[in-house]
Amino acid sequence: MKAFSYERIDDAAQAAARAFEVPGSKFIAGGTNLLDLMKHEIEVPAHLIDINGTGLDDIVATDEGGLRIGALVSNTALGADERIKRDYPVLSRALFAGASSQLRNKASTGGNLLQRTRCPYFYDPAMPCNKREPGAGCAALDDGADTRQLGVIGTSDHCIATHPSDMAVALRVLDAEVETVSPEGQTRRLTLDEFYALPGDTPEVENALEPGEIITGVVLPAPVGGRQRYYKVRDRASYAFALVSVALIETDDGKGRVALGGVAPKPWRREDADAELGNGAEAVMAKLLDGARPTEENAYKLTLAERTLAALLAKE
Amino acid sequence: MDFNQSADENLFDHARIIGKPHTRVDGALKVTGTAPYAYERHNVAENPLVGYPLGSSIAKGRITRMDATAARSAEGVAAVITALDIDELPRADSNVAKLFGGEWVEHYHQAIAVVIADTLEQARAATRLIEVEYEEIPGEFDLDDAWKRLQDRDVVSHVGDVDAAFDSAEFTLDETYHTASHSHAMMEPHATIADWCDGKNMTLWTSNQMIEWTRQALATTFELDADNIRLESPYIGGGFGGKLWLRADAVLAALGSRETGRPVKVALPRPFIFNNATHRSGTVQRLRIAANKDGRITAFDHSAISHTLPGGSGEDAVNQTRCFYAGENRRVAHHAIDMNLPESADMRAPGEATGLAVLEIAMDEMAEKLGMDPVEFRILNDTQVNPEEPSKRYSDRHFVECLQKGAETFGWAARNTTPGGKREGQWLIGQGMAGAYRGSPTLDSGARVRLSEGRLIVETDMTDIGTGSYTIIAQTAAETMGLEMRDVDVRLGNSAYPSASGSGGQMGAASSTAGVYAACVALQGEITKRLGVESARFENGQVVSGDKSVALRDVAQGEELVGEDSLHFGDFKDELEIGTFGAHFVEVAVNAYTGETRLRRMLSVCDAGRILNPITARSQVLGGMTMSIGAALTESLNVDTARGFFPNHDLAGYEIAVHADIPDMEVIFLDTQDGASTPLKAKGVGELGICGGAAAVANAMYNATGIRLRDYPLTLDRMLDRLPGA
Repeated sequence: MKAFSYERIDDAAQAAARAFEVPGSKFIAGGTNLLDLMKHEIEVPAHLIDINGTGLDDIVATDEGGLRIGALVSNTALGADERIKRDYPVLSRALFAGASSQLRNKASTGGNLLQRTRCPYFYDPAMPCNKREPGAGCAALDDGADTRQLGVIGTSDHCIATHPSDMAVALRVLDAEVETVSPEGQTRRLTLDEFYALPGDTPEVENALEPGEIITGVVLPAPVGGRQRYYKVRDRASYAFALVSVALIETDDGKGRVALGGVAPKPWRREDADAELGNGAEAVMAKLLDGARPTEENAYKLTLAERTLAALLAKE
Repeated sequence: MDFNQSADENLFDHARIIGKPHTRVDGALKVTGTAPYAYERHNVAENPLVGYPLGSSIAKGRITRMDATAARSAEGVAAVITALDIDELPRADSNVAKLFGGEWVEHYHQAIAVVIADTLEQARAATRLIEVEYEEIPGEFDLDDAWKRLQDRDVVSHVGDVDAAFDSAEFTLDETYHTASHSHAMMEPHATIADWCDGKNMTLWTSNQMIEWTRQALATTFELDADNIRLESPYIGGGFGGKLWLRADAVLAALGSRETGRPVKVALPRPFIFNNATHRSGTVQRLRIAANKDGRITAFDHSAISHTLPGGSGEDAVNQTRCFYAGENRRVAHHAIDMNLPESADMRAPGEATGLAVLEIAMDEMAEKLGMDPVEFRILNDTQVNPEEPSKRYSDRHFVECLQKGAETFGWAARNTTPGGKREGQWLIGQGMAGAYRGSPTLDSGARVRLSEGRLIVETDMTDIGTGSYTIIAQTAAETMGLEMRDVDVRLGNSAYPSASGSGGQMGAASSTAGVYAACVALQGEITKRLGVESARFENGQVVSGDKSVALRDVAQGEELVGEDSLHFGDFKDELEIGTFGAHFVEVAVNAYTGETRLRRMLSVCDAGRILNPITARSQVLGGMTMSIGAALTESLNVDTARGFFPNHDLAGYEIAVHADIPDMEVIFLDTQDGASTPLKAKGVGELGICGGAAAVANAMYNATGIRLRDYPLTLDRMLDRLPGA
């Protein structure tokens, strides 16, 4: 861990302005991912701005009939919120499928969105990684690499890492928006699709945040109802990242939405795949996973995604 | 004390304390966080510095340049020692991988520098400032490639005529299997505080299973007189064989202390546990079984390979095939392939765990070919003698009773016998079983007991790696001396104490309690001599001889009486097969769509001689069973076959079983005693639980799905295409 300076700022816009002003700044909330990465010197912030005093820790109703979730609401509090459990159960289920209770108690909503990939080569500073060091190369793309957990779609010739969040997959299927404030005090909202970037030839760029810009919350639209499920498939029963996860909303009119986790650099959803839901899992995946480029070791994820959706759609 | 023949009836057959369920005597220290583990012994060394290692980033080659200038001038740094600063350290016989020094790199994360600083953070940060250049040499990392290439497998033993037996057999099986490399992944990493400030006398507070081996290894490595080396390792946060040896933590801490003239503490960072320390090698195994239609096995032919650094012995997966089941013709071969992965060495049930993971699938497959129940097939092929050497009988073998008791308790008779034939909603339900066998060796073991004012102190360099040594040793001493548990203090893991078996190879419990018994008998001799009597009974805190009775606290009249002895195990054991046996029964659910496999329940029935303490023994078997679940379903050190290392080198990537994976577990001990093993008639249980458990899971999965998996771990990607779905 490199030495760093530290301060607390209790206003989001001021924190953003400060982060813009001090080179190498990072925000810290729960720190469940950032501190690990700092110990490995994968993240080397020169300055930490502690935002835990910004008061962004409540969940309030919006005029549009939805909910606005403060960026500091813990994963535990969010997953256990009665309104979330009743109106957005896919989100509650995704949250409780993630991490461990200790981590969920500390992890924030904003931090969860910003967690970094769990690619083993990203996590090993001795290995070349374009995310850590642009232009260094990607050990995961070399023959003989361990890629069983890595991405199958949305990846590039520079990076095949996945985004590890469960929460973000549920937010994507709920059409949630990320709310931010800029160093100038401007707020904006981005859909999850707009928020997350694909790696292309700049895998170090993972989202649309501008320098200093800070996540203040997540806005859920009015409840869409329907049958909501989150199915996270992993090798062991708990405390593991998804091999594949499926967030599903089935509405009474036979329509619905599907998003995938564990397969791509961002929560993976296509509206034209949603439209195939009435035609079964195979039809959905034909669209949703069109253009997939798996490795030999992780090609099973294509089958697994289809089968996981089929399990959710089956009436048994 | 010499143990030259099987024990007759003795005091342990009428025990008050041995064999009874005592909670562990160090339990309160453990759960209150006050048991001092090596890295947290804050009061033993004055003002220690902290060392942090740098590992090689290549698997094989030569270091051509190291520049530590920036690291040396970093804040808080007291010293930097690089591999180029010193010659390669001499290697003890027990070490295969080089631990430090010199330009050659033979595996990824070999320690190539250590930074010594005021704080951990300073030391860790400074390691990143060291510049290293290498000349890389291509290495060999792919076990499958080696398997395909290998022609001359070493025949370990061959009796009868295996080829003829296969030619004439009515039923044969011939399949190839894989097991993955495994990490001990113990909670407490290797850690040491070293005081070698004067460069002469070395004291190490460490975490190590084998005190005397490691003291001798230190003497060799640092060219010291062993008498100048002191080791303490009273509490160990798990070892599983990973802490049998001197490793880099102790070496770097010692070098750092000599360099700085201050005590230095070093813990291996978690990734080092996987790539710097030792691991269990993966294997490729081919197993052939021949049988007649009556179900009797006529031949075994088992060959396997594993990887090792040059000079090591790999993972011998074939050894137990030589004698577990009957059959006149048998051939086994094991080849340890020199490869450039980190050092493979012993891990819980080395050889047996991986060999039985395969043999016990093959037995299930063979039973199916024969149309026999797998329990009946095993019973039919039980043996009471070593089939390679029929003059050697098993001292006490109740494998059949394990099978029968297990089948009855588990409800085996009611199981669905059609693979894939039982479904509950989206889940396919299956049951499977496997046999377990682990030899029960013993090692000479010593102890000293000191009696003062009615209290007994036991001193031995035996270790407690979480197994319960403190407790069973206290039970043994209290039993032998006629005292209560509360009258006995047990002190372990210190090189100042008499040398014992240490903890490894399922030898510790049986061997060390026998040594403590010998020491207690020596003390009894001192006491009877003091009292001037020929013989005496020790009961209720009294020494009773004839009609004379003296309280133990009064016999020495304020002095301390000391008994010290070792138990020497005699050659008569070589004429016998002394082993432990078990049967595992497992129920799993496999998702018909996704292939997720979840354990539902597991029962293990064990025949392991006298159980010294059913609570701690049960914990040992449960731990072994749990590890076998990990081996079956999730645990794999994945190999990057281009770069030659294990990339999943943390506890997120290397998936051991978590609580949610381990539901309803039951252990039953048969009431057996083996007088050929020790005076206490006890054998080991530390490794029995892991033997065969993985195969029981595999067999249950086959019963659930009808899909036979032969490659561990049995993950969903291996069967997804073949699952029924709806």
